[in-house]
Amino acid sequence: MIALLRRDLMLAFRAGGGFGLGLAFFLIVTVLVPFSVGPQSDLLATIAPGVLWLGALLACLLSLDRLLALDFEDGTLDLLATAPLPLEAALSVKALSHWLTTGLPLVLAAPLLGVMLNLAPSGYLWLVASLGLGTPALSAIGAFGAALTVGIKRGGLLMSLLVLPLYVPTLIFGAETARRGAMGLDATTPLILLAGITFGTIALMPFASAAVLRMTLR
Amino acid sequence: MSLWEYANPVKFLGLSARVQPFVWGGAGLCLAVGLLWGFFATPDDYRQGSTVKIIYLHVPAALMAINAWFMMLVASLIWLIRRHHVSALAAKAAAPVGILMTVIALITGAIWGQPMWGTWWAWDPRLTSFLILFLFYLGYIALWEAVEDPDTAADLTAVLCLVGSVFAVLSRYAVKFWNQGLHQGTSVPLATGGRTVSDVFFYPLLISMIGFGLLFLALVLYRTGTEIRLRRARALLARSERGA
Amino acid sequence: MPDLGKYAAEVLAAYGVSLLLLAGLVVLSLRKGRKARATLAEVEGRKHG
Repeated sequence: MIALLRRDLMLAFRAGGGFGLGLAFFLIVTVLVPFSVGPQSDLLATIAPGVLWLGALLACLLSLDRLLALDFEDGTLDLLATAPLPLEAALSVKALSHWLTTGLPLVLAAPLLGVMLNLAPSGYLWLVASLGLGTPALSAIGAFGAALTVGIKRGGLLMSLLVLPLYVPTLIFGAETARRGAMGLDATTPLILLAGITFGTIALMPFASAAVLRMTLR
Repeated sequence: MSLWEYANPVKFLGLSARVQPFVWGGAGLCLAVGLLWGFFATPDDYRQGSTVKIIYLHVPAALMAINAWFMMLVASLIWLIRRHHVSALAAKAAAPVGILMTVIALITGAIWGQPMWGTWWAWDPRLTSFLILFLFYLGYIALWEAVEDPDTAADLTAVLCLVGSVFAVLSRYAVKFWNQGLHQGTSVPLATGGRTVSDVFFYPLLISMIGFGLLFLALVLYRTGTEIRLRRARALLARSERGA
Repeated sequence: MPDLGKYAAEVLAAYGVSLLLLAGLVVLSLRKGRKARATLAEVEGRKHG
């Protein structure tokens, strides 16, 4: 398992592996928002938590097709499916490496982008907490979407269509946490619900992903 | 003699052909009675005026939109557990009917909302949940279209249906948490334990609901038959090509 | 025709659109079903013929 994780991480960090692409996308989306809605700082402060959450979600989505597609093409997935390591565990590791290379950088970059969008001072802690707790769910659900569409040619757009509705609860609770935090309200309730969704998806989604992947590989 | 005998496509087609005239007839009759009664013979509501008549379309369509997904969930489970092809094809056949019901519920709701709430659309929990349901239907149908091998397509869509159901329920609660709404409570008495709609409106509504249910059943039976025939033609073609 | 008052346009539009959509789906289903029957008959005929 550790070896698989190390391999995935090394592949991601190597040139052309896609590390940093998600981060760059997140940055660009955030920079484009003031161009599209106008530079008024109070307006930006109002929408900042939502924009940051949406940007992070789209950045996650964008990097999903790399999660399994390359391994599917070169046959690594067939090997993994017959390996003694259960496919569920392999997919959990894949989701984890996706989170480490995409989700975690987003969480760390979010406060910086928050400054650019004039986020209220009380919001930073909640923003980081909600993204830190929420993005693992995005990776786990994303792995399911990737497994579902990996056998389909040009499945990228279809995957977005399938994954985005599944992201709704995570987005709602995550953005609600950040929003309430930025307004200076207590945001514990949505944060706890978000944590519930995250732990639930991390625990259960690998089974669905592995089941779907077996159907595709069969 | 058990219910599972109808998992045999030939038996299913036979039974389906025998009951379909009654189901279509019943659907037509109930819809005609319910809608005509509702349209011509019910009084206007003292607050809503004549827009109350939209209820005879809106509520049954919304009810069937949810029930269609539930039927697809059950059919998907049967396919995954017992691998009866008819079940998978029935789920496939139901999806377009379900999405149409969702669209009707959304459109009639918007038309009703414009004069009553002063807006075509509001981010109310019920409206939002239906929009999300619409997206789930869209993804489900798109996945059926995208996968070439029919058995793999059935497998993948069945799992998507299961996972989607869980997330649809989660979304429902998330959306409720996110925004308290404008929409009135349900008018289906089973869900509330009592009537929330007065008798004058309720009886035509009930008949219309039965009509929509029968229409859904008739469409699903017919469309499942279509899918079975298409699948059989495909299999025969593949066999003759291999033989040639 | 009942008196629909000032909301006549809304009510008629709701009925019109809904019935049109339902009728459309029924027609499409029937057309697809007929085509499927024809295809199957043709394929089966070819096999035996």
